Amino acid sequence: MLEIAGLTKRFGPITAVAGLDLTVRKGEVLGFLGPNGAGKSTTMKMAAGFLAPDAGSARICGHDVEADTLAAQRNLGYLPEGAPAYPDMTPRQFLRFVAEVRGLSGDSATAAISSAVGNTELDPVLDQPIDTLSKGFKRRVGVAQAILHNPPVLIMDEPTDGLDPNQKHAVRELIRAMSRDKAIVISTHLLEEVEAVCTRAVIIDRGRIVADGTPAELLARSRHHNAVTLQLAAADAERAAAALTTLPSVASVEHGPKNGTASVTAFSKDRAVLIDDVIGLASREGWDVKEVYAEPGRLDEVFRSLTTHDATRARESRA
Amino acid sequence: MSSVWAIFKREFAAYFATPLAYVFIVIFLFTMGAFTFYIGRFYETNMASLEIFFSYQPWLYLFFIPAIAMRLWAEERRTGTMELLLTLPVPLWATVVGKFLAAWAFTGVALALTFPIWITVNYLGHPDNGVIVASYLGSLLMAGAYLAIGACISATTKNQVIAFVVSVVVCFLFTISGAPLVIDFFQAWAPFALVSAISSFSFLTHFLAITQGVIDLRDLIFFFSLITLFLAANIVLVDLKRVG
Repeated sequence: MLEIAGLTKRFGPITAVAGLDLTVRKGEVLGFLGPNGAGKSTTMKMAAGFLAPDAGSARICGHDVEADTLAAQRNLGYLPEGAPAYPDMTPRQFLRFVAEVRGLSGDSATAAISSAVGNTELDPVLDQPIDTLSKGFKRRVGVAQAILHNPPVLIMDEPTDGLDPNQKHAVRELIRAMSRDKAIVISTHLLEEVEAVCTRAVIIDRGRIVADGTPAELLARSRHHNAVTLQLAAADAERAAAALTTLPSVASVEHGPKNGTASVTAFSKDRAVLIDDVIGLASREGWDVKEVYAEPGRLDEVFRSLTTHDATRARESRA
Repeated sequence: MSSVWAIFKREFAAYFATPLAYVFIVIFLFTMGAFTFYIGRFYETNMASLEIFFSYQPWLYLFFIPAIAMRLWAEERRTGTMELLLTLPVPLWATVVGKFLAAWAFTGVALALTFPIWITVNYLGHPDNGVIVASYLGSLLMAGAYLAIGACISATTKNQVIAFVVSVVVCFLFTISGAPLVIDFFQAWAPFALVSAISSFSFLTHFLAITQGVIDLRDLIFFFSLITLFLAANIVLVDLKRVG
């Protein structure tokens, strides 16, 4: 539904997006991750037809965004960075305008607006100038505008930025509910969001894809994947750490005090399942274990290991 | 066409959504009146015509019209709504034309509200109303040309002040290109054809011809082609910004 091939964009000496290839199919919710300045927004702007690429192409439902812009844009719902909307308009006027521009009129426009308003819970502020709305409502006005025409492809740049936990949950539920018959791309800095709604995560750095997989696949790259942490009496900690090190399946062990008890984490060799071995050892040794859990992995760790720091990047691009 | 209408409606309503429209109209009418009655000494001339009223219009437009046009694109760029507008399925020409027509219609409203002076002059004497109608139409056309210039310049920046100042300067050059200030400068060295080409770009010359009651097709073509030219440039400029 969304096909991006060799997409490239340069701003002066800086290459913001460097030959990006990406295909998103119906039913997928793709989480687009990357540090600030990695090229996420630039990629989305090109896919939406706002920026012209220097090379490569984006196609939406088979329509080339550059050659057949209007057809591509008709099939796209797009939430730009920062969720811009006309500040003097009320959400009702704004959505009417978008509906009209999108060729919806009369009953179909009214139906589309009321469904988008219902999905984003905008009813209480429909007649208040957008200017006066809270950040959360403004963001949802942007989301409502993007889903108004029930587009087969949806690209949203940070749809949950500025929302409180309840609102985030609601927007994620909405994305999940829509995902069955749409191809959805969202960019986010919230790694838990990727685990919560995305069926696929792509990490980009310096305009290139550095990781592409399901959230579980990315988690499997983490050092913490299948690591086991024990909470046990402080007295047992040293002994337990030493004993765990001797297990053949353990790569390394870290421990530290925590609220009167101690926590010991054993990292798995080859990230294989470790918990059975650890529990076996603990019961044989008779440690006073308060808590034990295996970790799925940490996405932030994977993210950090794959991407570069912005200051480093800025230095390099100047050199 | 329906997208032009949608863009037009939003843009036109935007003028009235803030105090901008009301402040503008009040000051515009007040200034028009002040120039006509005090500086132009409308009563003392003892003539039943609006010649004085119209003669000041190019000069007032010079400041008023760039003030209307400056926000057309610069504001969209500043608030980020440009990205929204250009990713909606609307052809760029329709957006450019819709915005221009909205600003033009707004100017038309302001101009139409000067009607009391028409009533006044008819009450005081027997003016040639045909000339007055022609003058109003000419004035509207000239305003359209100023607006097209202002809109085009607004598309190059996100700073409304810059858009305003540059528009005033460009409009000024177009206004006086037939005046000695400009012509003398060129006459010394430029070939005659160039000098007459430059002077033929003068808004004053074309506008004055219309306010004399002579509607020459060439004057109409001049203003319409200038509007078309600057709107085309507007489209190109917005499109160029996409390249980054």
